Amino acid sequence: MNIELITFFVFSTLLVFTCFKVITTSNPVLSAVNLVFSFFLSAVLWLLLGAEFLSIILILVYVGAVMVLFLFVVMMLDINIAKKSAAYIKYLPVGIFIFILLNLLIILFFVNTFENIDYNAVRDIQLISDSNTENLGYLIFTKYILEFEIAGLILLLGIISAIVLTYRKNPMNKYQNPSQQIEATKKDRLKIITGLKK
Amino acid sequence: MIPISYYLILSTIIFTISIAGIFINRKNILVLLMSLELMFLSVNFNLITLGNYLGDLTGQVFVFFVLTVVAAESAIGLAILIVLFRNKKSIDVDDLSELKG
Repeated sequence: MNIELITFFVFSTLLVFTCFKVITTSNPVLSAVNLVFSFFLSAVLWLLLGAEFLSIILILVYVGAVMVLFLFVVMMLDINIAKKSAAYIKYLPVGIFIFILLNLLIILFFVNTFENIDYNAVRDIQLISDSNTENLGYLIFTKYILEFEIAGLILLLGIISAIVLTYRKNPMNKYQNPSQQIEATKKDRLKIITGLKK
Repeated sequence: MIPISYYLILSTIIFTISIAGIFINRKNILVLLMSLELMFLSVNFNLITLGNYLGDLTGQVFVFFVLTVVAAESAIGLAILIVLFRNKKSIDVDDLSELKG
């Protein structure tokens, strides 16, 4: 029993436990906090797999941005914490059935499939250094540069659509109307009154 | 070296937990979105594991792009959720069935 295996078992057990807590608690805030815990635990497991950059990104982007967004929405929405409703009890057997069935099917498939795998199947990617971050950056900025730019466009789309969806026009706000300003002529601004002195 | 099937079984368990969560939490869209995040996490686990064991870095590049898309997706999903709550005063899935023929 080496240290790697012990680390894997400890953190994977905790990960499965927190994932269960995410879907079974009735309080959405607790659910989000458990999701944050599960992201931290899986970041440790990704470190074990040698994906250092992605595990840091998981903590920074997911825990730091996405989950904070979730928590903000939970607090903004002012939901009353629902008790275990009738639907929960109704669909619980279905959930357990699906869980056990899918687990059995996929795990039975996985158990002996990858025993004799050729671990050197893919070797055509030249790595430039020992650092995971440098290699990943090299791949992203050379081979996958188009995908990188598309990812930037997707993020722009996310910003624009989120703002457009949630924007509410406040009638109290005072702002300029550029087209009206451009169309204003001399007549609208200045009125020459003649013939007063007679 | 940890056998590859351990990681694959772990990601399978996370995936099935999230599917069971979608079945159980029919009332709350917020928890449905969180189950979706767990599902993405298990997919990323698979990509990183297989990439690591095959000695290929492309899996990690894919995880990078998946994280980007998921961030955009959750931002838009939460915006839709807020608009929904403004109009309906509820985030129950059953209250959303507007299209009755």
